[in-house]
Amino acid sequence: MHRTGELYGQYKTLDQQKETATLGMWIFLVTEILFFGGVFLTYSINRHQYPTAFGVGGNMLDLFLGGANTVVLIASSFTMAMSVWSAQTSKKAWVTLFLIATLILGTVFLGVKVVEYKQKFDHHLIPGHGFDITYCSKSPAAVCGLSEKEHADEVKEVKDAIETEGGVTALNAHAQLYFSLYFGMTGLHALHMIVGAGLLLWLILESRKGRFDANYNTPVENIGLYWHFVDIVWIFLFPLLYLINRHLA
Amino acid sequence: MSENGHHIVSPKIYAAILAALLLGTWLTVQAAKIDLGRWNIVLALLIATIKMSLVILFFMHGKYSPKRTQIVIVSGFFWLAIMLGLTLTDYTTRHPEPSRSANPPAIAIHRA
Repeated sequence: MHRTGELYGQYKTLDQQKETATLGMWIFLVTEILFFGGVFLTYSINRHQYPTAFGVGGNMLDLFLGGANTVVLIASSFTMAMSVWSAQTSKKAWVTLFLIATLILGTVFLGVKVVEYKQKFDHHLIPGHGFDITYCSKSPAAVCGLSEKEHADEVKEVKDAIETEGGVTALNAHAQLYFSLYFGMTGLHALHMIVGAGLLLWLILESRKGRFDANYNTPVENIGLYWHFVDIVWIFLFPLLYLINRHLA
Repeated sequence: MSENGHHIVSPKIYAAILAALLLGTWLTVQAAKIDLGRWNIVLALLIATIKMSLVILFFMHGKYSPKRTQIVIVSGFFWLAIMLGLTLTDYTTRHPEPSRSANPPAIAIHRA
């Protein structure tokens, strides 16, 4: 697997060779669109069925951390695009620098995700035996790091939701469905990020050897496509998981 | 694009797209704080779709790709639309089942 810019026998030109590789990458991304599409579909159906419990669940997420992570990921897409540009214009040192910046931003995203998961663990929001959506509203405001006003809003919201759902058992069951989907979807996204980070690491090592320039940059371009795709998934996950029903809180 | 096979998108365009994406993120957070009823989700998805289009067209060079590649990109969303559209028209038009919800069905079924 030591491909460089040489022309393979089945192609007429280097451009044709590169276009073929990019087309193949897009066909892979189409399968990814449909793969994530199925997960988004599952989420939509359940959200439609249990809007109250999903609303309560969504409001328990940390909007600041989610929003900050969105900014981080968008910035990483920009640095990735800039690394492709650097390769296309043969600025070899900049290719490496922009790739490192992309990897750092991707790692920050994953780090913030760890902080968020830990928070959910502390707040009894991991689906399973210890799950209790009413935990923060039952505890003093400081336990979940809420202000008095936020705590009062949450108490009211949870109380209304128990009434709408017809009991705390039903609310907990349906809120667990929300958090199962939350961890499933963000986990699947994070898994893609981890794979992307591994690919970036490889690109950085190769780029340090000065392999990518205007003549040959297919790996930078195609891993870039993958990275942007993962960014797009988050562009939809963020509003769907964090933002709908936010006005109720 | 076709003159030498690949189009190089300038950093200026990338920076403009970055700014647009950050603006979109800010807008979607602000829009979520206003009660628009069922339109909240429509607006959130509309902003997300615009952001996605910008990423595909410019960051992913969709705008400058050969027709062949563009057809593949569009076909992905076409199949996605079939999957989401047909499944959701089924689920969203079913009567709620009393056993799965404490709420009374929106439409009462009268039997003679």
